[in-house]
Amino acid sequence: MLYDRLQFAFTSTFHYLFPQLTMGLALLLLYLRSRALASGDEHYHQVARFWTKIFVLSFTFGVVTGIPLEFQFGTNWAKFSNFAGGVIGQTLAMEGMFAFFLESSFLGILLFGEKRFSQRVQWFAALMLFLGSWLSGYFILATNAWMQHPVAYTVAPDGRLFVGSLSGLLTNPWLFWQYSHNMTAAVVTASFVMAALGAYYLLSDRHVLYAKTFLRTGVVAGAIAAALMGFPTGHGNARQVFEHQPIKGAAFEGLFKTERGVGLLLIGQPNIETMTIDNPLIIPDALSFVVYDELYAEVKGLDAFPHEDWPDNLPLLYYSYHVMVGLGTILVSIMGLALLWLWLGRLFTANWLLWLLMLSAPFPYIATTAGWMTAEIGRQPWLVYGLLRTSDGASPLVHSGNALFTLLGFLGIYLVLGLLFLFLIAETIRHGPSGHPVPSERA
Amino acid sequence: MMETFWYCAVTWMLAVYAVLDGFDFGLGIIYPFVARSEADRCTALAAIGPVWNGNEVWLIAAGGLLFFAFPKAYAAGFSGFYLALIIVLWLLIARGLALELRSHLNHTLWRQFWDVAFAGASTLLAIVLGTALGNLIRGMPLSQDGYFFVALWTNFMTGPDPGILDWFTILMGITSAAILAFHGANYLAMKTEGQLRGQARHAAWLAGSAVAVLVGLALTAVPFVQPSFRLNYAAHPFGYIFPFFGMAALVAALELRRRYWDAGAFYATSLLILAMLASTAWGSYPNILIATNDPANSLTVTNATAGAYGMHVGLWWFLIGFGLIIAYQVCAHRAFWGKVRL
Repeated sequence: MLYDRLQFAFTSTFHYLFPQLTMGLALLLLYLRSRALASGDEHYHQVARFWTKIFVLSFTFGVVTGIPLEFQFGTNWAKFSNFAGGVIGQTLAMEGMFAFFLESSFLGILLFGEKRFSQRVQWFAALMLFLGSWLSGYFILATNAWMQHPVAYTVAPDGRLFVGSLSGLLTNPWLFWQYSHNMTAAVVTASFVMAALGAYYLLSDRHVLYAKTFLRTGVVAGAIAAALMGFPTGHGNARQVFEHQPIKGAAFEGLFKTERGVGLLLIGQPNIETMTIDNPLIIPDALSFVVYDELYAEVKGLDAFPHEDWPDNLPLLYYSYHVMVGLGTILVSIMGLALLWLWLGRLFTANWLLWLLMLSAPFPYIATTAGWMTAEIGRQPWLVYGLLRTSDGASPLVHSGNALFTLLGFLGIYLVLGLLFLFLIAETIRHGPSGHPVPSERA
Repeated sequence: MMETFWYCAVTWMLAVYAVLDGFDFGLGIIYPFVARSEADRCTALAAIGPVWNGNEVWLIAAGGLLFFAFPKAYAAGFSGFYLALIIVLWLLIARGLALELRSHLNHTLWRQFWDVAFAGASTLLAIVLGTALGNLIRGMPLSQDGYFFVALWTNFMTGPDPGILDWFTILMGITSAAILAFHGANYLAMKTEGQLRGQARHAAWLAGSAVAVLVGLALTAVPFVQPSFRLNYAAHPFGYIFPFFGMAALVAALELRRRYWDAGAFYATSLLILAMLASTAWGSYPNILIATNDPANSLTVTNATAGAYGMHVGLWWFLIGFGLIIAYQVCAHRAFWGKVRL
């Protein structure tokens, strides 16, 4: 059980490092290709070609690490698959039929079609890749949203669940906020990566024209997406957690006791033994206001719920949530500042801000990872919220020795994959967008 | 009725997968032998470069459809073959990376490394596919609540407590590797010219000869390993059309090969693969997973199903989705139609 959980957590976390960049870049690439097509400007074509290379690398690693996830539902979580397959089988099969074929068929055209096809065909392929990757995200989040907030199901006589209404499953109210929050976060990741690379080229005085386009595109898209990521999508998500999963909400905030006029905890360390927060820094009454629009509203604490329904790793959940929110705030501030400086025409000469943008590229990755940890650790002890406990979902006959063997295998293989990816990205960055590799200092 | 439709749909998706990714695997098997120079290697890889990813998606879609239509069989089968399936995943990772990353760096050692990874992973995957089919035919020891776990090997005999590898499944694995090598060599011959095409034709002829022998052995073994197949065919003799069709396709493939009709031979091996899988599905129906211990424990299209509403509503999106897939796949394959141009 422990190894099954670790394996799924590890493989899905590692996998999601890639699609968040691909989904975000798909949108930015569509913009760049449209711009290139509309203006006929060779500069934008070259920018689009360069980012297509990075897109393809990330896509490749996303594909090879994504396949294990679909198989692991069956291999490691057989009882869950049997229990819930009648519902989530719908969304997973639809993802394969509608999204994966679309993406993979047009990826070949974008990759190998540079010389064979016209700009218009390549623009169309970029559009299809955008649609495919965002649809893929939609179906997989519909699956997750159902695990967070099960709707539209019927219970068969043997206790298994079947879908009761497909439209209900696809329009799960949970999905709206989750999808919009997740996709804006993906655009934030891609924008930060684009802006950071622009900042790097500009600071090192290479590919300066390209660097400015990267920065302009990344900063404008990033500022819009970062703002939307916080409000309304992040806010909407938090509200629906408090409405439908109040235990999770209480654990987010480190709220052990039910109170009126609850403050918003900025910093502090949860102490599980004494059920208190050490070194708290609190904005008075703010949580009550944010969640219920009312300063003295009552917010239920963990004490209002039976102990066996508490998430099983409270401190990790608490920190994941605070890292997500904290970093999210930092990301909005950096992009806001950069946008202001861009508007004032001072961004390209503000070295301190370029340094800040360059160094902050990993932050959106950490924030999204923390966000997913918040959603998933917070769902515990449930696999399907309120219906199936995680402890009842694992494969009955796969013993822990086998699960540990494969977990170690995945750790080893993904370590190599991670190094390979970084190496190839570094190579691509070294070659640069102009098509002429810049010789290193030694040469 | 709906159950039978979905049984056919999942079989069909898997069969198309075997035909399409089959030539990728087959090309991987013969790759180190036929493509010796760097130029030939690039040409061989370019023959599948734009399409392999789309081909692989048929497997993902088939898995998704199995999950959707027969969740109980998906859960039992995937957890029961735990180790084998995870190893398949690792091999698929290696194959995918080899195809995508090889061209990124112009360095001899880098390219040699990915060549070995591509050929090795493709060969093992071709064997594993056949072994998997062998396991479905032979059956597995299902418990009353519908789960099982088989070790990678036990005593290499079929019987009530078999391993994933036994003499029969190994025979199926080798047969599969030979068929796919034949298939992939025909594909490569069809897509190339000159010396590389000559090498591919030679490899196709060798593999084709092996296929003739191995298919004969496998077809003889099946009724002994799984008597329920014999009973199924005896009860519904219409099904004999599939194995006979397969034999005809094999004869045609060998004859067309002899006459150097590369495209014809490729279509014939495609039909051979489709017919072999259809024969298996006909023999197995209505079972999805056949219990070796007690036939009552077998998971069938009725006791593993996902419920009437889900199957009905699935029909709509499946038909729409399938139409779209055909459109994309025709687009993708047509875009790279004809001989490889680098």
